[in-house]
Amino acid sequence: MDAIKTAGLTKYYGSARGIEDISLTVEQGDLFGFIGPNGAGKSTFIRALLGLVRPSAGRGQILGLDIGTDREKILAKVGYLPSETAFWPGMRVRDILKLSAGLRKKNCAPAADRLCQRLQLDVSRKVEQLSLGSRKKVAIVCALQHEPELLILDEPTGGLDPLMQREFFALLRERNAQGATVFLSSHILSEVQHHCAHAAIIRQGRIVAGGSVEALVRTGAKRVGIRGRADLGDLPGIRDRQVTADGSEFLYSGGMPALLKALTEANVQDLTISEPDLEEVFLHYYEEGSGRR
Amino acid sequence: MTVFRHELRRGLAACFLWTAVTGGLLVLCVGLYPEMKGEMDAAGSLFASMGSFTAAFGMDRLDFGTLIGFYAVECGSILGLGGAFFAALTGVSALAKEERDHTAEFLLTHPLPRARVVSEKLAAVLTQVSAMDLAILALALSAVAQIGERIPWRELLLLHGAYWLLHMELAGVCFGLSAFLRRGGAGLAMGLAGGLYILQLAANMTERTAFLRYFTPFAYCQGADILAAGALDAGLAALGGLVFCAGVATAYGRYCTKDIY
Repeated sequence: MDAIKTAGLTKYYGSARGIEDISLTVEQGDLFGFIGPNGAGKSTFIRALLGLVRPSAGRGQILGLDIGTDREKILAKVGYLPSETAFWPGMRVRDILKLSAGLRKKNCAPAADRLCQRLQLDVSRKVEQLSLGSRKKVAIVCALQHEPELLILDEPTGGLDPLMQREFFALLRERNAQGATVFLSSHILSEVQHHCAHAAIIRQGRIVAGGSVEALVRTGAKRVGIRGRADLGDLPGIRDRQVTADGSEFLYSGGMPALLKALTEANVQDLTISEPDLEEVFLHYYEEGSGRR
Repeated sequence: MTVFRHELRRGLAACFLWTAVTGGLLVLCVGLYPEMKGEMDAAGSLFASMGSFTAAFGMDRLDFGTLIGFYAVECGSILGLGGAFFAALTGVSALAKEERDHTAEFLLTHPLPRARVVSEKLAAVLTQVSAMDLAILALALSAVAQIGERIPWRELLLLHGAYWLLHMELAGVCFGLSAFLRRGGAGLAMGLAGGLYILQLAANMTERTAFLRYFTPFAYCQGADILAAGALDAGLAALGGLVFCAGVATAYGRYCTKDIY
């Protein structure tokens, strides 16, 4: 059984595009990254999965349950962390956590205590006194305290300091090791590259690439760094060239013999050839007029 | 009933404030009666000479010299308008405030059907409005007892019952509107309550505008009619009930299929 499976999921807001024809499968137990810049459709996809918006077309399942008809059953098994966290003013953190548990008809107090300790969250404070990061922590505890089978996290680290981010990802890895599936939507590529096994890239409402993070970064293109002088202007397959004081760097997706031949004729003092990181892959898919989808 | 309890807690301060202000004004008004009782003959002829204005408030058919006649006009307006504003504001914000305050995403990603959320919020609105009306009734009864007048139980209960129905109807209509709103609708609610009150004044003024009484719930709260008939106008009250049901049904229909973003 897949944790998330969609087929042709589409959402329009009137005539405005939300998402188009998204077919995506996330296996149970996976730690999956969903990458795209603001406005690409990440949140719309998540909202459609959780029943907050009704899809214009297509189907979807979460943990084998239909997103159109089994909304409550799905939500009982899902922990959701929204990108923007807002709570009712005047309420204390402990009241928010209790309310969330009450809406789930569960006693989550022991789990909530453990999570609050780990995230150093003061439950006696009122929500309007909390910083952005602390409000995010409240939302994290609400998403995790009922020990869901699937965690859907939309831009989860916004507002968290680096130490807290580390603790948060440690928590996610623990939950993932215990069998929970994690679906992590983010525009922070290093987050996805470091923590996720699989990922998909969304662009203008459509999935443009997907697979294992390892395979995604292995696109055939190499990051080439040269120290010295080399005239490679006519060589096909060179992109994103940056000239530095003592050499140049570029992405190369042409044939390796042609590159090596050109380099032997140049005055090269040092050479590095490496895999590009996910950010470069991402930018590659977002290059205007690249023609790739 | 988690949402219901949550809503009651959130609305407690507003409910207390509106009850205190409306109830306080009503008690003050009742407290003025002994002073004004002796001057009612002069006041009665003054009111009778005010033409359409007298008719608008139903003062041409009420005896100001009696407590219930005085109460129906002076206190009825306070209770009717104060309660109507509170009922309209509470109803119109019930669903819309979650989107306005960006708490809808949190609330609606918990495993409870949207219809359940609507039901519990509606129950909370009706409970708050009813609690306000009950508290004001208690204040009115104690105020009448305090000035040493005999309590006209039947008339007083009829008047308060009519205003309770009016408040329920307005709350139901505004609750229905709330399902369509993404931002606060306070202006809309106040405008609606005030507008319907003015419509009733207009309906009372001439024969030509009398048909307007079918478009305002204040029509079945007319003290002069209720006291004369010894009962509410069943037809108008039933019409009010239908409008309430339509408002509530609209809220369910809209909110259960609405996109939240």
